[in-house]
Amino acid sequence: MPDTEYGRFLQGSFEVHGRDFVDAGLVSSQIKKGLKAKGIDEDIIRRIAIIAFEAEVNIISYATVGTISYYILPDAIIFEAIDEGKGIEDIELALQEGYSTADDSIREMGFGAGMGLANIRKSSDVFEITSEPGRGTRVKCTIMLNGQNICKEN
Amino acid sequence: MTLETIAERLSLKCKCCWEHLKKEVSGGYAGDLLSDVMANSAAGNIWVTRQVHQNIVAVAALKEHAAVIIVQGATPEKETLEKATREGIPILVSDMAEFELVGRLHRLLYPEQA
Amino acid sequence: MTLAEVKDLLEAEVVVGEDRMEVEVHTAFGADLMSDVLAFARSGCLLVTGLPNLQAVRTAYALDIAAIVICRGKALNDRFVETARELGIPVLWTRFIMFEVCGRLFEEGVTGCVREIHIGEMTSARH
Repeated sequence: MPDTEYGRFLQGSFEVHGRDFVDAGLVSSQIKKGLKAKGIDEDIIRRIAIIAFEAEVNIISYATVGTISYYILPDAIIFEAIDEGKGIEDIELALQEGYSTADDSIREMGFGAGMGLANIRKSSDVFEITSEPGRGTRVKCTIMLNGQNICKEN
Repeated sequence: MTLETIAERLSLKCKCCWEHLKKEVSGGYAGDLLSDVMANSAAGNIWVTRQVHQNIVAVAALKEHAAVIIVQGATPEKETLEKATREGIPILVSDMAEFELVGRLHRLLYPEQA
Repeated sequence: MTLAEVKDLLEAEVVVGEDRMEVEVHTAFGADLMSDVLAFARSGCLLVTGLPNLQAVRTAYALDIAAIVICRGKALNDRFVETARELGIPVLWTRFIMFEVCGRLFEEGVTGCVREIHIGEMTSARH
């Protein structure tokens, strides 16, 4: 876990395993339950559910293993997904709606429509992504709380 | 309109969570792409899909759907029903093709448009 | 109904096939997975889908589908449009979701090109 200025606000940290499609959504639902228990606004929870689900599915689809964590700060929620895996060759391309490197088995399940990163970005107020091909990817999303919501709804 | 009424009118077979059929439905959503359903469906919706794997329960639970209708005569997987039972999400099935089922369901939910 | 009437009903834009708006459709098939379209859709129907990719165009071409309706306001890329134009498949584009598109078409008398699907020995469930 990187030592960050928001580290002390950690609420939950979960491991996600590559190719574990059977459990896809498990971590997202735990995060959702955690946020509900803290009385977080429904709209915020809805956005984070989308972010968490897409990030979880990305780790399962493309990485070997990953960790998803979320932090509740006084004025924001931070969501982080860090994985070890093949990483992303071209981030700009990967962010394009409809672009996907999913194989047929993934597509038949209804994943791999190429919307994951785009949806994560749309749902975040601040979206940061870094990747090292052959090593892994890190996604960090900031969602502002209480009226400081600047996310453009689509 | 409740799930019970809908199930009756459309001759849907309920595969689990019969006790939850009294739920009111807020609207319908049709589609098989999980990202799309996650981004665009709403709480209380009935989700119409042909997907049968347990991830549909994960999505339905996250979005707080009222129920999932599986069309095209597809059979929900055993794990799907088990998960749905744990989450309290009724899974209903129909042999109807998606277009027919959605058409009839839409008519039930929005009779003023008929 | 004609494609022109479909266009009005769905408040759609004509992306390909402005000259084909008098084509009549009586049946439709809604699906996001092209494997389903290949398995069950019939020629002459309207294909309603949220997946504007080359697979959709080629499937439509293979099955002699009358036209494609892209729903959910999905962004279209140039290759998709070019291929549809090349293969002569009209494409309508609407912001309405699949549920609304199929609901409206059904209300206007369009029927499913296939009404029921029985897989294996499973028979239609009726109470």
